[in-house]
Amino acid sequence: MTKFLELCVQGIATGAQYALVALGFVIIYRATGVINFAQAGFVVLGAYLAYDFHITLGVPFYPALALAMLAGALIGVIVEATVLRRLVGQPPFVVIMITIGVLTIIEQIVPTIWGANPLPLGDPWGVKSKKVGDIVLRVSDLWTIGIVFGVVVLFFLFFRYTKFGVAMRATAVDLEAALAQGISVRGVVAVSWAIAGMVAALAGVTLAGGGAGVRPDIELVAFAAFPAIILGGLDSPGGAVVGGLIIGLAQSLTAGYQPEYASWLGQGFNLVMPYFVMIIVLMVRPYGLFGQRQVRRA
Amino acid sequence: MGGAGGREPILAVNNLEVAYGAGIVVLRGASLRVETGTIVALLGANGAGKTTLLRGVSGLLPTHRGEVVGGTVMLAGERIERMAAPNIVRRGLAQVMEGRRIFAELTVDENLRAGAYTRRDRGEVHRTYELVMSMFPVLERRRQQQAGYLSGGEQQMLAIGRALMASPRLLLLDEPSLGLAPLIVQQIRDIIVQINSTGTSVLLVEQNATMALSIAHHGYVMQNGRIMKEGPAEELLADEEIREFYLGVGEAGRRSFRDLKVRRRHRWSA
Repeated sequence: MTKFLELCVQGIATGAQYALVALGFVIIYRATGVINFAQAGFVVLGAYLAYDFHITLGVPFYPALALAMLAGALIGVIVEATVLRRLVGQPPFVVIMITIGVLTIIEQIVPTIWGANPLPLGDPWGVKSKKVGDIVLRVSDLWTIGIVFGVVVLFFLFFRYTKFGVAMRATAVDLEAALAQGISVRGVVAVSWAIAGMVAALAGVTLAGGGAGVRPDIELVAFAAFPAIILGGLDSPGGAVVGGLIIGLAQSLTAGYQPEYASWLGQGFNLVMPYFVMIIVLMVRPYGLFGQRQVRRA
Repeated sequence: MGGAGGREPILAVNNLEVAYGAGIVVLRGASLRVETGTIVALLGANGAGKTTLLRGVSGLLPTHRGEVVGGTVMLAGERIERMAAPNIVRRGLAQVMEGRRIFAELTVDENLRAGAYTRRDRGEVHRTYELVMSMFPVLERRRQQQAGYLSGGEQQMLAIGRALMASPRLLLLDEPSLGLAPLIVQQIRDIIVQINSTGTSVLLVEQNATMALSIAHHGYVMQNGRIMKEGPAEELLADEEIREFYLGVGEAGRRSFRDLKVRRRHRWSA
């Protein structure tokens, strides 16, 4: 039971990270219909920027985190304004290829500036752990869960109760009708990229925290959020969160029990598990658990 | 008939030419005026260019890869033909698009809030909201419901209410009666009259010519991207051609549809 609870907390923390990455994808997809592969690059950049603000420039950790998120927002806006805006109206395949191109550029820039070796993030969470009864919990996991939970609540409030949030949802439903209401679609798109850049930076920091260090291969973890996105439904922020948690839990429980109960599946099956879950869900619900359910009357 | 004499019309479209994509010309020099405070009906068959004209006025051409290639659109004396849609809404123009186009996944209240997007003064927005609710009691009962679950007529009322939330000086309505039961069409008709009586000018695009001309002050008939006929609504209502092609009654009494089609080609093309 102890082991099970520990695995659950770990899984939720991992899932929360996936959820953050997935939220970035979903927000851009809803506003623009673009599947932004560069999102994983934003995650890596965010982690390195936090490192620079905190370690190189000596800003205290939490302000440095906030600065990294701001910088991430800026990067998102710049990429949209300089690259993606020129592609409006192009076929989706072209746009996807361009975002992969942006990702490749980021992949090359990062080792050039920061090198390929892991760098210590210097986060206050470190490798510390906390004992609750018999259960040993990693402090970084608890912080990750707390931060992500906070962000998700803020998201919900923003989209539900602010004028701009409602405008963003309206634009996602019907872009032309939103324009006809006087909603600046260009503004909505810019803010979507800013938010995506912000949550990416936050995700990068949580991935690099807890003793993991800032590494270029954070990107791979970010890509592991893909099954979460597909699972939740590309256009559903709520689905991104639930999908992330399911994938995180599936992964950590597999890592915990599979070597013991199903060792014939070989080593590292936990890394395959997310895709396994994804495929099974897609066979039953092709549009994801929370993908667009049509409520329109014919 | 409204602001005759020196007053500037709320809308003046002069020789508007619009092309889509690589040179598909849809409007070939269309002109019309909406005098301040009046209802103007714009009639025409499918594909005549009515919706394109509305898009040219409201700035929605770019989303359809359309472009104004000639002519001007003046909103209360200001040129707007190349302005972005949000700026046009800010200047007092709201459009109810064909097919209602409500935000199905949003609640009724959220749809209305989206309609007031360009307005800053919360107190005034609230006053407009109360006004819209008094105009459409059906919406009041369904404020927190997802708009996609409303009936067709209710959705049309929501679309009109949403446009009113911008507190427009000029309201463009594109086929508000399309696909609605006769009783609902009556309601929509009365609502348009009510909106107009508060001082809002209306440009009404309709296939239902009887309904449109019964409330309009002035009317225009479009065909092939041009205005083919215009005049005071009662004149158009009495016009033989209009009666035949849009109202379905004519001097020859009952005739086969094919004959009508042939005659239409003779009279209005050339």
